[in-house]
Parts: sequence; structure tokens; C-alpha cells
Amino acid sequence: MDNILSILVFFPAFAGMLGFVVDKDSARAYGISVATIEFFIALWLWMSFDGSNGGMQFVEMLPIIPDFGISYYLGVDGISLFIVVMATLMTLIGMISMSIKKDMKNMIISLLFLEMTMVGVFVALDAVIFYLFWELSLVPMLYIVGAWGGPRRVYAAVKFFLYTFLGSLIMLVGMLFLAYLYHDVTGTWSFAITDWYALVLPIEYQVWLFIAFFFGFAIKVPMFPFHTWLPYAHGQAPTIGSVILAAVLLKMGTYGFVRFSLPIFPDASVMMITPIAILSLIMVIYTGMVAYAQKDIKQVIAYSSVSHMGIIMLGVFAMNAEGISGSIFLMLSHGIVSGALFMLVGVIYDRLHTKELSAFGGLAAVMPKYAVVFGIMLMASVGLPLTIGFVGEFLVLLGFYKVSPIMTILAGTTIIIGAIYMLSIYKRTFFGPITNEENKKLKDLDRREITAFIPLIAIVVWLGVYPKPVLEPIDNSVKTLVAFMDKKAQTQEAKDMIISSKVGEDK
Amino acid sequence: MLEPISISLAELNLSSLTPMLVAIGGALAILIIDLIKDGLHKSLYVMLTLLILLIDLGAVMGLGVNQRGFFDLMLIDGISIISQALILLGSMLFIPLALTSKRFHEYSYPEYFALFLFMIAGYQFMVSSDNLILIFVGLETASLALYTLIAMHNRPNSYEAAVKYFTMGAMAAGFFAMGAATVYASTGSLELYKIAEVMQSRMDEAGLMIALVGGGLLLLVAFSFKMSLFPFHTWGPDAYEGASAPLAGFMSIVPKLAAIVVSMRIFGMYIDIGIEEIRTAILVLSVLTMTLANIMALVQGDVKRMLAYSSISHAGFVMAAIALDTTKGNTGVFLYYTLFLFTNLGAFTMLWISRHKNNTYHDRFDHPYEKFAGLIKVMPMGAVVMALFMLSLAGVPPFSVFWGKIFIMSSAVDAGYVWLALVMGINSAISAYYYLKLIVYMFLKDPASNDGTIYYNISKPLMTIIGIAVFATVTSLLYVQPLISYISYMVGASGY
Repeated sequence: MDNILSILVFFPAFAGMLGFVVDKDSARAYGISVATIEFFIALWLWMSFDGSNGGMQFVEMLPIIPDFGISYYLGVDGISLFIVVMATLMTLIGMISMSIKKDMKNMIISLLFLEMTMVGVFVALDAVIFYLFWELSLVPMLYIVGAWGGPRRVYAAVKFFLYTFLGSLIMLVGMLFLAYLYHDVTGTWSFAITDWYALVLPIEYQVWLFIAFFFGFAIKVPMFPFHTWLPYAHGQAPTIGSVILAAVLLKMGTYGFVRFSLPIFPDASVMMITPIAILSLIMVIYTGMVAYAQKDIKQVIAYSSVSHMGIIMLGVFAMNAEGISGSIFLMLSHGIVSGALFMLVGVIYDRLHTKELSAFGGLAAVMPKYAVVFGIMLMASVGLPLTIGFVGEFLVLLGFYKVSPIMTILAGTTIIIGAIYMLSIYKRTFFGPITNEENKKLKDLDRREITAFIPLIAIVVWLGVYPKPVLEPIDNSVKTLVAFMDKKAQTQEAKDMIISSKVGEDK
Repeated sequence: MLEPISISLAELNLSSLTPMLVAIGGALAILIIDLIKDGLHKSLYVMLTLLILLIDLGAVMGLGVNQRGFFDLMLIDGISIISQALILLGSMLFIPLALTSKRFHEYSYPEYFALFLFMIAGYQFMVSSDNLILIFVGLETASLALYTLIAMHNRPNSYEAAVKYFTMGAMAAGFFAMGAATVYASTGSLELYKIAEVMQSRMDEAGLMIALVGGGLLLLVAFSFKMSLFPFHTWGPDAYEGASAPLAGFMSIVPKLAAIVVSMRIFGMYIDIGIEEIRTAILVLSVLTMTLANIMALVQGDVKRMLAYSSISHAGFVMAAIALDTTKGNTGVFLYYTLFLFTNLGAFTMLWISRHKNNTYHDRFDHPYEKFAGLIKVMPMGAVVMALFMLSLAGVPPFSVFWGKIFIMSSAVDAGYVWLALVMGINSAISAYYYLKLIVYMFLKDPASNDGTIYYNISKPLMTIIGIAVFATVTSLLYVQPLISYISYMVGASGY
């Protein structure tokens, strides 16, 4: 099947459209069936993917506006493949675990449209198509947060939309400028990313364009100081919204850096290592501390999610194969783990209708299964060896060590800080005496919830112990990317930075 | 004794006049029909007007590119053909909106339709000439008819709107006359191409140049009034508020398109010759217009006024493309208006559907935001359609206006105005706020009432028009390519 990517992108959207006809009470089953089929298509893609090939596969190309160089251009490589699989998996799991009562049908349809945009962003190889899915993803998310969220949901939803919209419009200007430069050099218009890769840009242009793209991606990641929309969005979003936001939508930003910034502006990227590393370290340490200070369990998870995104950013800007592969792997593990943590918060919220830590305490006695699942996910989030979180974090730190040992040590505190706030909320939630009488009557995880968590636990352990099947295709594509950057870099400084990492890798 | 002038009919090239003659003849025919038989239903006149516009469109499409006619007063070039076609397209979408399920005063007079056709003929003259006097005549014919159409809505604020528009229009006419007179006094001609020749040969005479730049600025003020650019926009929102919703939608497209085509001819010539003052003035006006109109739109309590300010902001966006004076920029102007036409008219039609005789939601406004609260529950399809138009106006891909935006921004980047593209981008983000506000009201709030007032005025023809608008908005991805190549061929062929 050569057009498997098109099917993967548009199947959920079609299903969503047909979903309008499905009866209200059957909407959830419909959604889960569609998401399952979509997940199996994604698995099929993985199975037919050639892991030893680091280039683009399953490429589809159809000119749409040839006069302006816009074409429908899709492709997948090791970097995007697993994010796509993860996105379809998290959508499916999210749907299974969903507990909302109101307007289930609208929610299912929004989720299916959202799934289309999420898959689309990661397989688009044309900048305009990428931008199209990128922007479209805001609309269903706006609705999900705005319609099912907490008391200040409208404010949170609009803030989320406008913040991201502003950033991406600046990015759009960057894209247009890049297309113009391409036209200037070659005489033809093209928005294809692979065409842009071939473009050797003067350093000055690279820096400006890097900054333009930075706005689009950094707001999405979200990098400090553009992260202020995220706690609001998480705080107000329904569980499913937080799951998708943390698991997939944030990855669009870091993926953008890998797909656009690094290969198109290698010299500028090397020049920007230090500023970005400093911002990332602030994210890691500062938001980690903020997480510790929160009284609301969901805010703790939200800030911890920002803190871990900082590690991913460090890995991307390590400029070597370990760092980048590690950060891609960390994107996957962060997606699964933070998604699972938000679902766990949702479980307790459904029962107690509060997210205040002070209302919990001693839950391990009444909800043992819940405590076990929470414990496993917590360990993975902190980065305990033999869990999925460890592999990525270790590779990132290893990769960045070659750039700057001091910064790496600072970044390593994430494990300590993470352990502090995570264990502290675990203690406050599950141990100690039951202070709240109502908590004694709580029900443990039911069958539906267990069904949702078991696959996630299996993945956390499986990839923690044996990450090779996933890590190898990622690594192949990343090596191709790094070798390409090395070839393309113009300044000696950039070459040194990228080469030195290659030497290190040969050892 | 004067020599008798002999002109052969072939030399007059009367075929260049056929489109306007069709419209004028059609208008007269409508008046005659009314004379013969009284009290015919409005649907007859609507359909007749539609047919006349159709013939008119046929005549326009049959014109050959780059010909002159009628003592060289008429200039049928690529942009004249495209803009006439767009004017007619907009009119054909507008006229069926008269077929509402409720009775409105103005449509019971056949004169309404005759005036409408006279107005269209005026705009057609305006865009197909490079003679300042003929442009003026076209502009005034059309404007006078438009004032009357606004007033015929027969409510106190419609009179207010018409008088305000009329006064401001008269002032604009004054500016136009002064500008044209200054240009004539210093070059001895009213034909743009002759003016350009004189200007080029006498670039080094400082005194003359000052007079010409002054004349250019006066003309710019005149057209800023017509396009409601800041700070000449003050009549705009009031006139939109007083006019009926479809007419307001019409006003946001066709008159502005005609004015922008003339601006393209006049100021394009100025910029071509190398008078940078005019370019700077246009850039300043357009940046101010997009930004300030956007900010004012943020605080509006009425959707129609919000859309009025949003149209002003869009006009500023397009005006900036005139300052670039590149083929791509000018192509972008037409592309933008083609795509904007469907979306904006669609949005105003949605307001028209919800028009009620009594203002139950607000003392003054017909369409306050509160009226649309919870529309998703009352009228799900309507809410989705309206949201679609709002997203398109905000520039969310892949809906139509996005392609216009990206094209104009790209031409700004090409011409070296990256800052302008950034300003456009930031403005799009600001504008997203007020479009989202309506979406938030429709989707995320609880309905205020469910008594049917919200789709009070709906009828099959209105639904058809909305269907066409939705179709054009959603499928734009598929027809943007042929549109771009056609428009850029036509624009390039006429040398802009």
C-alpha cells in the first residue's frame, strides 16, 4: 500500500464526518472502533516500515497549487513513525478511559478530527500542509477545552488558541521567506521541506529564520517564558484534553525543531545551542520547583510535563545522534507517561470531584490497584532504570554531556527534583491516615480503566527493558539527519560541534 | 468654422460598452415592466435581475483583453475584466438574498432592483477606464444609487446611515475633484497613461512634482474614504449597522473592490514612476487601518459592527498589496477578494437569516453576541457554518481566506517588506480573537432562548446562497491553482 499515509491521515476525518449520523448512545463504541482501526493501520505502517533505511518512506506527492509550489506531500521516517503510532495509541486509550457524560458524540467527533490533524502534522513534508494541520489542530482542541473544561475553560481555551496562533503566524512569515529564498536561487516555487533541505543559506538569514520558526515551535513546546498558557489549559481541560495535549500536541513543537530548524538552519542551530540550553535548563529546574509548590495534583503533573519537555529540548540541541535519538525516544515516553498520569488524575477526579492534594491521603488502602498503576507511572516519569523514562533521559544526558558537562549536571537535577515532587505527591496521596471520611468508600479501578492502563504499563516496561525495536529505526534516521547537517554546515564552529559528536559515536 | 468630425462606428468599438449597456437596459426594462403592470411579486424582479446580471457576465467574459473604445475613454484590460466579473459574481450572490421568508420594505419597490443595476453599471464604468472623469462619473453614479439603497431599508438608523455615507461620500467626491484638477493643471491631461508620460519627462521639475504628489495624495484621501481606510473609516460601521445585512455584506466587497482597482491604476502609476511618497502614504494608511480597525473590532458588542470593522481591517490588508506594486501583489488583491467575497457574504447572510423585526436581545443592536449564544444547540448546522466562515476570516487553513492571506504575505516578502508580512501576521492573530469570541458564544455558552427568532428569516434561496458560500470556502484548496494562474495571466497581460 503506497498510499497508507493518506489513509492514516484521512480515515479518522471521514469517520468523524460519518459519525454525525451515529446514534448518541453508540457514539463512544463507534469512536473506539474507529480509533482501534486507525491504531492498527499505524501498526501496519510500522510493520511495513524498513527500519534500516534512514530516509523518507511511503512518500506521496501530488501538486495542488503548482504556481505557488504547494503540493500534497507526505512521507514518514524513523523520527515521525513512532510519534504517529504513539498519537494513534493515545487517542485510542484516551477514548477508552474517557468518563465524560455530556455530549459524548460531539466529543468523539472532535477527537477524530483532532486525530487527523495530529497524524497530518507528523507526516506532512510540505511546509504549507504542515502548517495547515498545525493550525487545524487548534480548532478541535479549542472546543474540547472550551466545552468540557473547568470553570474558567473559555479563558483557558481562547488563551491556548491565540497564543499558539500568534506564534505560528510568525512562523508562517518565516516559511514564506524561505520559499522566496528558494525561488530566488532556483527560479521555482517550492514549499517541500526536502527541497528546502538542499538550500544553503547565508548565516544571517539562518539566524532570522531560526528565530521566526522558534516562535512557532517554542510556544507549542512550551519553552520558558512562553509556557504560561499551558498550566491554564491543563488546569481547565477535561482529562481527555490534557491527555492529548500533553501526549501529542506538545510534541509538535519539539518535532518541528527536529524536522525544520536543525536540518534547514544547521549553523544557526549550533549558534543557538547556549541560549536554548539556558532556557531549557530554566524549564527543567524552575518549573520542577514550581511543580513542587502546587496544591493541585493536576498542576503538579502539568508542570512536571513542562519540566520534562526541557530535557527533550536539550536533547534536540545536543546536535549529536545520541542526544537527538534520546529526545525522540523521550518524546514517546513522555507522551505515554504524562498521558497516563493525566488519566490517573482523571480517575481520582471522577470519584472525588476535586484535584486538591489536601483532600487525598491514605488512598493506597482503599484503592490498591490504582496505587500500583500510579506508582509505576511515577517511576517512569522520574526516570527509574528499566522503565521507558530512563532510556530517553539517559541518552539525552549522555548526548548533551559532549556539549557541556556543567549544563548536563544541572539538567541531571531533573531526576532529583522530579523524584522529590513526585514522591511527595505520592506520599500525600496514598500513604498516611485517611483524613477524609468519604475517601473510605472509594471504588478501585474498574474494568474499563484497567483495560486502558494495562497496555500503557506493558509498553512502559517493555520499552524500558528492551528499547531496541523502537530505538534502532529512530537512530538510523537521526544518523542520516546528523550526517546531513554536518555536510551542510558552513561555519567551522558548527562543523566542529556536529563532527565531534560523530567521532564520539564511532568509539 | 469647425471641421465636421467623422468617426466610424468600428472605431468607437461599442462592444466594449456592451456589459454596461446590458445592465442599464435591464434596469430600464424593469422600470417599464413596473409601469405596465403594478404589484408584481419581488421574486419576478429578483429573477429578472439575476438573468440580466448573467447576460452582463457573459458579455464581460466575451471581451477581448487590452482594447480601447469610445473615444479611448474605455479601457478593457485584464484587471477590468476580472474586476467586472467579480462585481457581477458578488451581485449575483447578493440579489437572491431579497427572497427572505419575511417581507421587507425595500424589496416591494421594483425601483430597488433598477437602482441596483444602475449601480452595477456605475462600478463597471469605474473599473474599465483610465480617464479620471469617467472614473468619477462611474463612482458617483454607483454611490448615489447605493445611498438610496441603504435608505430604502426604511428604519431610522438606515436614514442615518445613508445620510452619513452620503455626506462622507460628497466630501470624498470633493477630494477626488480637487485631486483630479491638480493633476490636470500640472500635466494637461486626464488620461492616466498620458499623465504618466508627462510626469516621466518632467521628473526634475520640483514645483511640478510637488503639485503632482499633492494631487496624488488628494486622490488617495478620496479613495481612502471609499475604502474606509483609517482615519477616513468613521462612516463605515454606522453605515453597515443601518444597512440591511446583505447590503452591508455587499458594501464590504463590491464598492471596495471597485475603489481598489482604480487605486491600483492611479497609485500603481505613481509608484511605477518612482514617487515613493505615495507608496509610503499607502503603507502607513494600510498598516494603521489593519491594526486600529482590528483593535476597535475587539470591543464591539454587535456582530454586524464587528464584521464591519473586520471588513475595514481586511481592506487595509489588501490595500497594502497595492503599495507593493508587483504583479504578484496585484494578483493577490484579486485572489483575496474572490475568496473573501464568498466567505464574507456568507457571514452576512447568516446575520440576515437571524434578522428579526424586533430587537429582543438589545435596545440598539440587531445582532448582539448574546443572540448567538448556544447556537449549536438551537441550530447546529447554522452554528457550524458560521464558525466555518469565522475561521476562514481569521485565516485558518485550509479555508478560503487563508490562501489570499498567504499569497499577499508572500508577495510582501518577495518585494522585500518582511516587516509588513509580520504586521499582517500579528494582525491576523489579533483578529482571531474577535472571530473566536463569536465561536465561543455559539459553541460554549448556553442558549438565551429557543423561540425560533434566530432562524426567523430563513428561506430556500438564502440556504442556497449559504450553501454556495460554504462550498466555495471549504473547497478553496481545489480551485486556488486555476484561479491564481488565470488572475496572474490577466493581471500580467494588462501590465500591472
